[in-house]
Amino acid sequence: MIKNISKWTGLLLAVFLLAGCHKDLDRFPPNDVTSAQLFINEEGYKQVLAKVYGSMALTGNSGPAGSGDVAGIDEGTSDFLRLFWKAQQLSTDEAVVAWNDPGIQDFHNMNWSSNNPMLIGLYGRSYYVITLCNEFLRESTPEKLSERGITSPASDNIKAMRAEARYVRAFQYWVLMDLFGNVGFTNEETAIGASVRPEQISRANLFAYLETELNALVADLPAPRSNQYGRADKAAVWALLARMYLNAQVYTGTAKWSEAITNSKKVLDAGYVLIPDYRNLMLADNNAGNTESIWTLNYDGLKTKNYGGTTFLVNASVGGDMDQTVSGLSKWGGVRTTKTLPQLFPDFTGAADKRAQFFQQNLEIEKISEFKDGFAVTKFRNRTKSGGFGSDPEKTFSDIDFPVFRLAEMNLIYAEAVLRGGTGGDRVNALNYLNRLRERAYGSTIGNISDVSMNLDFILDERGRELYWEGFRRSDLVRYGKFTDGTYLWPWKGGVRNGTAVDAFRRLYPIPATEIGSNPNIKQNPGY
Amino acid sequence: MIFLLTLNFKLYMKSKRLIARLGLLGLLLFAMVQISFGQGKTVTGKITSSKDGSPLANATVVVKGTTKGVTTDADGNFSINVSKENAVLLVSSVGFGRKEIPVAGQLQLSLSLDEIQGNLNEVVVVGYGTQRKRDLTGAVTSISSKDFVKGALQTPEQLIAGKVAGVQIVSNSGAPGAGSRIRIRGGASLNASNDPLIVIDGVPVDNASVAGSVNPLNMINPNDIENFTILKDPSAAAIYGSRASNGVILITTKKGTKGKVKFNFGSQFFVQTPGSKVDVLNADQIRDIVGTKGSGSADISKLGTANTDWQDEIYHTAFGQDINLSASGALIEGKLPFRLSGGFLNQDGILKTSNFKRQTLSLNLNPRLLKNTLKVDMNVKAAWTQNQFANEGAIGSAIAFDPTQPVTVNSPRFGGYFTYVDPNAAGAPPRDLSPTNPVGLLKMRDDQSNVFRSIGNLQLDYALPFVKGLRANLNLGYDWQEGKGTVVVPDSAASAYRRWEIKSNPFSVVHYGGVNNQYNSQQRNLLMDFYLNYAKDLKDINSRIDVMAGTSYQDFLFTNDNFADYRYDKSVRPGTQPQFPTNEAQYTLISYYGRLNYTLANKYVLTATLRTDGSSKFSKDNRWGVFPSVAFAWRASNENFLSGSKVISDLKFRAGWGITGQQDGIDFYGYLPRYSLSNNAALYQLGTEYLSMQRPSAYDPNLSWETTRNVNFGLDFGLYSNRITGTLDIFNRKTEDLLSVVPIALGTNFSNQLLTNVGNIESNGVEFTINTTAVKNQKVTWDIGFNFTYLTPKITKLLLNPDPSFKGNLVGGIAGGTGNTIQIHSVDNRPYSFLVKKQIYDPSGRPIEGLYEDINRDGIINDNDLYRYKSPDPRIFMGLNSNVSFGKWNAGFVSRISLGNYNYNNIESNLGVLRQVINPLGWLGNASSNYLKTGFANNQYFSDYYVQNASFFRMDNINVGYEVGEVFKKAYLRLTANVQNAFVITKYTGLDPEVNGGIDNQIYPRPRIFALGLNLDF
Repeated sequence: MIKNISKWTGLLLAVFLLAGCHKDLDRFPPNDVTSAQLFINEEGYKQVLAKVYGSMALTGNSGPAGSGDVAGIDEGTSDFLRLFWKAQQLSTDEAVVAWNDPGIQDFHNMNWSSNNPMLIGLYGRSYYVITLCNEFLRESTPEKLSERGITSPASDNIKAMRAEARYVRAFQYWVLMDLFGNVGFTNEETAIGASVRPEQISRANLFAYLETELNALVADLPAPRSNQYGRADKAAVWALLARMYLNAQVYTGTAKWSEAITNSKKVLDAGYVLIPDYRNLMLADNNAGNTESIWTLNYDGLKTKNYGGTTFLVNASVGGDMDQTVSGLSKWGGVRTTKTLPQLFPDFTGAADKRAQFFQQNLEIEKISEFKDGFAVTKFRNRTKSGGFGSDPEKTFSDIDFPVFRLAEMNLIYAEAVLRGGTGGDRVNALNYLNRLRERAYGSTIGNISDVSMNLDFILDERGRELYWEGFRRSDLVRYGKFTDGTYLWPWKGGVRNGTAVDAFRRLYPIPATEIGSNPNIKQNPGY
Repeated sequence: MIFLLTLNFKLYMKSKRLIARLGLLGLLLFAMVQISFGQGKTVTGKITSSKDGSPLANATVVVKGTTKGVTTDADGNFSINVSKENAVLLVSSVGFGRKEIPVAGQLQLSLSLDEIQGNLNEVVVVGYGTQRKRDLTGAVTSISSKDFVKGALQTPEQLIAGKVAGVQIVSNSGAPGAGSRIRIRGGASLNASNDPLIVIDGVPVDNASVAGSVNPLNMINPNDIENFTILKDPSAAAIYGSRASNGVILITTKKGTKGKVKFNFGSQFFVQTPGSKVDVLNADQIRDIVGTKGSGSADISKLGTANTDWQDEIYHTAFGQDINLSASGALIEGKLPFRLSGGFLNQDGILKTSNFKRQTLSLNLNPRLLKNTLKVDMNVKAAWTQNQFANEGAIGSAIAFDPTQPVTVNSPRFGGYFTYVDPNAAGAPPRDLSPTNPVGLLKMRDDQSNVFRSIGNLQLDYALPFVKGLRANLNLGYDWQEGKGTVVVPDSAASAYRRWEIKSNPFSVVHYGGVNNQYNSQQRNLLMDFYLNYAKDLKDINSRIDVMAGTSYQDFLFTNDNFADYRYDKSVRPGTQPQFPTNEAQYTLISYYGRLNYTLANKYVLTATLRTDGSSKFSKDNRWGVFPSVAFAWRASNENFLSGSKVISDLKFRAGWGITGQQDGIDFYGYLPRYSLSNNAALYQLGTEYLSMQRPSAYDPNLSWETTRNVNFGLDFGLYSNRITGTLDIFNRKTEDLLSVVPIALGTNFSNQLLTNVGNIESNGVEFTINTTAVKNQKVTWDIGFNFTYLTPKITKLLLNPDPSFKGNLVGGIAGGTGNTIQIHSVDNRPYSFLVKKQIYDPSGRPIEGLYEDINRDGIINDNDLYRYKSPDPRIFMGLNSNVSFGKWNAGFVSRISLGNYNYNNIESNLGVLRQVINPLGWLGNASSNYLKTGFANNQYFSDYYVQNASFFRMDNINVGYEVGEVFKKAYLRLTANVQNAFVITKYTGLDPEVNGGIDNQIYPRPRIFALGLNLDF
C-alpha cells in the first residue's frame, strides 16, 4: 500500500510540475517594447513624437503599406492628407475624380451618407492622431519623468514636445470641428480600453476649448522659425488661430474678425517671406530654403512612403496624354478640375498669372470617369527646382512636403478679416498683402489691384487662385455661403451636369455611423 | 502500364530487391491473361449463425483472390469449385462478421459466423483515448480508409470530401497541392478562425502554413492515413476545450500490423486537363466593338492583327504521378510491429510553370512491452516538398488582355513578349497600369520553395500493475516545419521593369530591374500530454465506468526571417532593409481535462467532460477558460420491447450540451500594451533626421475567450440487420463574446477598430446521413450513401450599442476600384451577406446601366440604398456516393450538391464593360462576354445583377477498379481508373460555382483529372 501511495504521489507530481510552467503563459513579442522599456530617455520620447507627427504623413508603420494605423479602409486611402483633401476639394468646384473607389463619387455628387468609407476613414484618422497625442501626454507628465529619472535638459526638451503634442491634437480637433462639427471629446484623461465612451462636445464648445488650449500651450513652444523642420512653433499656433477665427462665425455663430487680424498679423510679422517663384512651392525639394512654410507634412520618396499625401496629389493628377516627365511620377489618371478654377485666371497657360498651372484637355466635363474631361492640374510636381527628379527611382513616391500653413494664407486672412469689419488692421495693409501675392504671381506689379477692386468676392477668387488644391475650398465656400445653395453652381455640383443646389445640412459632414454605433454618447448631425 | 511501372522504378526505386520484384511483376502483367488455374476440386459446406446455430441463407462464399463466388441456399449450404488445394474461402453475410477459412485440402467445411451490430463494436478514436462506438454520446463520424474518396488526391482532407454530413471541404484552387477550406457545421466565428482543430496521431497542429507552403496538410501523404474521426458537437469536442468551437478532426495514420512483413506498392498516373475557360470576347468581336463603339481611327489603330486565345496560351494539359511503397508487419519474432512507407508525388499544374513535388517517409513502431502492459506507439512522418509556383496574376491578365495582340513580337525587349509601352516616356518603358502579357508573367518569373515538415509523437500507455483498469498515458509530440524559397524575375521582364530604373534619370533607358528575393520561416510545435484512465465494470450494479483525467502543455513558435527587397542583380531596393533580422511569435496553451463515462445496463450512457485551458493570448486575469460538457445516450434497441424487432436492429437517442472556446486566428498579443518600431520606408523627418517611429499598438486588456454553447440532439439507427444505417442530428449553436474586429468609440484606443469580445452568432442545423447496402448477393454488392446538411447561421449581435443607421461591418474586398467591399456582417443576417444596390431592368430584361431602386425612398441614390441580398454559404448541401462491386470489378462515384449558395461574379462586374475593351487609359483589352448581355459602358460594381445563384451538382469522382488477383506468388494486383471533377451542373455563368468566400475573381481553375493506378500487395 505504501508503495502504491508513493507511485500515486509520483504521478501527481508530474501533473503539478506543469503548474510551474504557468509562467510560460506570459509571452511578449521580442521585437516590441513596453512603455517602461521605451520611455527611459529623450530618444524614446522623440520616437513617439515622430509617430505623432508621422501619423499624418504615413498610413502605418510599414512604408508604403502593410501595417496600417486605421482599419476598415484601404491603407493607401487611409492617409490623413489624402482624405482631408478629398473632403475639402472633391466636394467643390476645384476637383473631380475618375475613380470608382468606395464612396469617392459621393463627394461631387454631394450625396454622402454616414456610411461613407472615406468619411469614416478621415474621422478615424483624426482620432487616431488625437489618441497618440493623449498617450504622449500621459507618458510625459512631470511626475512620470521624475519617476523615470529623466532630468534637465532632457526633461525640458520633453516639456516642449508635450506642447507640440497638444498642438497636433488641437490641429486635428480643428479638422473635426470644421468638417464634422459636433464630435467626441477625449484628452489625456481618457483611458484606453474597449469600454470607454467619450462625451460629445458641441462645435461652439469645441471652438472655445481650442481657443483656450492654443493660447495656453503657445508659451511652451519655441519662437517662430526656431524649431526643427517639420515641428510646430509659436507661429503654427497663431496661424491655426487665425484660420479658426476667420471661420468663427461658421463654427459658433459669432464672428471674430479682429482676432483673425491679430493672429494673422503675428505670423506676418514673424519673419516669414514669400518664396520668389510660386511654381517652386510644390516641388520635390520644397523643404530646402523654404521661407514661406510655417508647418509642413514631410514626405520622402525613399524614407517616408505612402500612397496618400503628395504622392496621391501628384500621381492622381496625371493621366491621359500627359507627359509623365513633367510630374516625375506615375499616372494614376484620377483628379482634374472643373472649368471654374481655370476660369479664375486671365489665361489658362499661366503666361500672365503664373499660378495657373494646368494641362489643357477638354475644358468641359462630359464624363466624370474620363480623365481627359476637365483640365489637369500640374501644381504638384515631383521635380526639383534645378529640373532634376525626385529621390524614388521607381517613380511612385513623392518628396514634396505639404505646407499645412504657409504665409500666403495669412495675407489673405488679414485682408478678408479687414474687409469683413475686423479691427486692428486696415485696408492699406490689406491691399498691400494682397498685392504681394499678385506681384509674385505676375512677376511684376502689372497684376496689382487697387483698393476699388478689393472686395470679398475678389478675396474668394484670389484664395482660389493662390490656395487651390491645398485643402481650403470647402471651408471657403461654406464661409461665403456658396457651398450648398443655388447661388453658386459648378459643373456636376450635386451630381448634375450643370450643377444643382443641395440641402444646407451638407455644410457639415455626418458623424460616421460606426462612431454612433460604438458610442451611445454621440448624436448625429441634423439632416443625416 | 508496364512502361509506367518500369519508368517508376528506374526513376525512384533504390532497393535492388524491390527492383527485382517489381521488374518481375511487370513481366507478369504481360503473362497475366494467360494465367489459369486448371481444373480444381469442389468444396461443399454449411454456414450457420454462431449465436443459435441456425443456418444462414444468402451468405457469400468467395475464393480469395478470384471473383469466383456462390451464395448459400435456404439451409445455409454451398458448393464451390476451387482450383488449388491451398485456396482460401472468404465467407460473409449481412449482419454477421467476415471469416476466412483455408481449404487446406478439405472437401467438406462448416463454419459459423458471429452476429455483429453493424460496426458498433468498432472502437473510435476520441480525444485522449478511444471509445466503443456503441458508447458514443456525441455527434462523431468516423471514416476509415476503405471509405475514402479514391483517386489522385494530393492532400488528405480531400479523402473525405462529400462523405460527412455537416462537413464542407472545398479546395481553394486547382493549383497543385492547394489546400481546402474545411468547415464543420459552417463556422462559429467571424474574425477568429473558422478552421477546425486538426489532431494528427494525438498532436494538435496549427492551421497556419509556413512561407513557401500553400497548404500545411499537403505535407501529409494521404496514403498513410488510416482514419478520420470528426468530432462535430461539443459533447464530443469539448475535451479539446478552447480550440473545439469549429469541431475537431482526428487523423490517425496507419500502424504496424502483426504477422509477417507485407508490402504494398501503389502507383497512379494522372492527366489533368483544363476544364472550361472564362467566357471572354474573341479577337473579331473586339475588332467589331472597337470599330462601332470606339472613337474612330485613334482606337482602331490600336488593334493588332493576331487572334490570340490568351487562356489557351497559359493553360496546358498536365501530367502527374504518385508512387507509394509501404511495408508493414512485425519484426524481431513478431515483437516489433512496424509500418514504413515512402511516397513520391510529382504533379504539374494546368497553369504553365506550376509544379508540386513531394517526398514522404513515415515510420510507425508499435511494440507491446512488459507482458503487454506497456503499449508503445511511435510515429514519425517527414515530408519534403518542392513547389514551383506559377504567377497566378497571369490568370486575370489572360482574361483581360487584348486578343488581337500576339504573344511574342520580334523584339529583344521584355523577353520578346508583346508589351504596351509608353511612347511619351523616354526609353518607352511599359505603360503605367497597363496589363502585362500573361505568358510573359508566367515565363519570366521563377518562384520556388522548399518545405520540410516532420510530425511525430511517442505515446506510452502503461497499465499500472497495482490497480486493475488503471492506465497512465504519456504522449510527447512535435511538429516542425520549415519553408524557404526564392522569387526571381529578370530585369527585362515587363512586370518588374520600371521599379528599378536608376536614380539619376528615372526615364532613362538604363534599367536595373527585376526581383531576386528570398524568404525563410519556421514553425515549431511541442506537445506534452499526460493522463490517467480508469475503467471498470461494476457488475453488481450492471454498470461500467470509464474515467480519465489529464493535463497538457503545448507551445507554438513561429519564426520568420526578414529580408530586404532585392533587384535582379542582388542590389538592395532602398528603404527595404529590415529593422529586425527575424520576427518571432509564440503562444502557449496549458490545459487540464477530465472525462467520465458511465454506462448503465448497456442502455444508458452518460458522458461528462471538463476542460480548463490557459492561453498566453490573454492577460493573467482572463486567460483561464472552463469548458464543460454533458451528454446522454439511450440505446433503445437494447430495451426489451425492441430487442425482438425484425426491422430495427439498432436505435440510439443522444442529447448533448457543451461549451467550447475559440482563440485561434487572432493576434497572439492582443491584450498587451506595447510599442513597435516602424520600418525603414516609414521614417519621419524632424529637422534633418529621419526617425523610426514607435507606435503603440491597439489592445484590449480584457480580451478573452469566445465561447460557443451548443445543444445537439441525435438519433442513430440501423434497420434490417444494419443493412440500412443512419444518423440524424439537430443542433443549435450560439457563440457569444465573439472575437470580433469592430469599430470602437473613437479616441479610446490606438485604432478605429479593435479586436474585442463583442457580438453573438447563432446557428441552427440539421444533419442526416444514411448508408445502405441496396443489393448484396454473391455477385453484386451495391452500397449507397447519402448525407444532407441544412444550416442557418445568423448574426444576432454585432455592436455594444446597436444603432439603426449602422449597417454593419463591411467585408469581402473585390477587384475594381480601391478598397471596394461587397459583403457585410450585420445583425439578423447571415455572415458575409452581399450588400448591393437593386438593379432596375428594361422591359426586355436587360439591366439599365446605373439605375437602381431608391430603397429608402429619400430621392437620393447613395450608399444608404444598399441592401442585403443572399449570401455565399449554401442553405443545404448534400453528398451522394455509391459503390458497386460486381465480380472482380467495382465502380463508384462521389458527388456533392449545394443549394442556395450565391456568388458575386466579380469577373463579370469588373471585366464585363466597354471600358474594359476600350480602356480610357489608352489601350485595348478584353471583356467578359457578359458585356454583350448588359452593354454597360462603366463598371456597376454594386449591382445585385452580379450576385448570382451558384447552386450546383458536382460529380467529384467516378472510379472503376478491377481485381486482377494473384499475378505472382502471393502478389495481388488491383487496377483502378478514375475521373475527378468529372462534371458540374449549375446555372451559374462563371467558371466554377464553388468559390470559397463567394467572390468569384480569378481562381486557378480546378482541372479535370483522369487517373490510372495499380496497386500491388505482396
